[in-house]
Amino acid sequence: MSAGGPGGGGLSRRQFLGRGLAVVAAAAASGCRVEELIGRSFRELSRDDVARVLARAARRQSARFGRPVTVDGAGPLPGVDFGYGLDLSRCIGCRRCVTACVKENNPSRRRPQIQWIKVLELDKARGVDLAHADAYYEADAVPRPGHFYMPVQCQQCRKPPCVKVCPVGATWKEPDGIVVVDYDWCIGCRCCMSACPYGARHFNWAEPDLPADELNPSTHYLGNRPRPKGVVEKCTFCIQRVRHGRYPACVEACPVGARKFGNLLDPESEIRQVMERKRVFVLKEDLGTQPQFYYFYAT
Amino acid sequence: MAWAWPRILLGVALGGALLLEPGAARGADGGPAPLYQAEPPPFTPGIFPCTQCHQGPGDPTRRRLGFHDDVQDRFDHDAEHRWCLDCHDNADRDVLHLSSGERVPFTASYRLCGQCHGDKFRDWRVGVHGKRTGQWNGAKTYYLCVNCHDPHSPRFKPLRPDPRPQRPEEMGP
Repeated sequence: MSAGGPGGGGLSRRQFLGRGLAVVAAAAASGCRVEELIGRSFRELSRDDVARVLARAARRQSARFGRPVTVDGAGPLPGVDFGYGLDLSRCIGCRRCVTACVKENNPSRRRPQIQWIKVLELDKARGVDLAHADAYYEADAVPRPGHFYMPVQCQQCRKPPCVKVCPVGATWKEPDGIVVVDYDWCIGCRCCMSACPYGARHFNWAEPDLPADELNPSTHYLGNRPRPKGVVEKCTFCIQRVRHGRYPACVEACPVGARKFGNLLDPESEIRQVMERKRVFVLKEDLGTQPQFYYFYAT
Repeated sequence: MAWAWPRILLGVALGGALLLEPGAARGADGGPAPLYQAEPPPFTPGIFPCTQCHQGPGDPTRRRLGFHDDVQDRFDHDAEHRWCLDCHDNADRDVLHLSSGERVPFTASYRLCGQCHGDKFRDWRVGVHGKRTGQWNGAKTYYLCVNCHDPHSPRFKPLRPDPRPQRPEEMGP
């Protein structure tokens, strides 16, 4: 609006309304809704607004890919705090988790290529020494002698630095522990990427390259919903699956059963059994990020 | 799974067998989550039931057999000390037996494995060792030891890794 607003600067009520309508018309013509121009972040929406926003997102994605896409908004389950376990003594570095994650979560395939899981190859002699890690190893067969493997993805920190630095509140930690991004609220400043000590956040430098036939049409608004250009994305523990009780895709894909997932508040859950019985550590503990992603050695 | 033999179906009864072990994760309702067996134990096609050929007890002397070459050739499970009838029951070839002599069906082979690998067995029962799929808060599918480990050669076989990610310099315009 022009400076002054209604009643100011000689703008009559009629002119004000007229210009307002012009904005509305322009917004409609550009495919953008007024409620988006004056909108609120996803987590501030009322229940009715959420339903409308989800329906709109589903409509848009379906049009974008030319096939039906569902956009779910399932909230956190009460009494649930997610924890993830990864058995470093089992992982063989086969990258099946990466492949399953890409298939499930609709990231850009090439140019840019975005993968939420990075599998590091490390020397057994050096131990967990990230300065000498190699994510680009190629081999006819893994595990390669003298090496071990450490997949790294979002650690879903209890004190997430990425959330702390976001200038617009487009990323936050949900009550069930998942750190999410509202892709419609992200301004693409990438502060969160420089704040994350795990390299877990990824930026869509170009229009995401996601062929319609590779799309997973079952999406969550804060998860695997296809992203626009210019926003940041990250692992959400497969929020579209785990909020409906299913295991994350990487857990089910792992051929050696190195990946464990469950509710930290349930003493019988697999993740709690791991913590009771095994040697467990978190990555870069000294930074005080308090990950909900635990590495362990089962042997 | 890595041990990718062709498999025969043992039938619905086995495929849906229910495993109820103490310490299983709780379901959404607070009760124990049901656990379902993933797949029937893997067999060489056409070979089960074993009583097709082995009707009565055979010669219990340890020796090289004239049949089952594929198994004997790859056998690497404490081969120095073990042979077929340490696990396979001589009188009823369609089942296995424990060291006590108690017979166990192939669907409960984890009891046999657990005789020596007690630490893994304890971890497996609570979901720390091995693989489960399905619901983290409900019905789960579990894999038997033999779904991942060839009982005749149990070390997990190396795999070809999926393609490496692009290097940043390869992602240019």
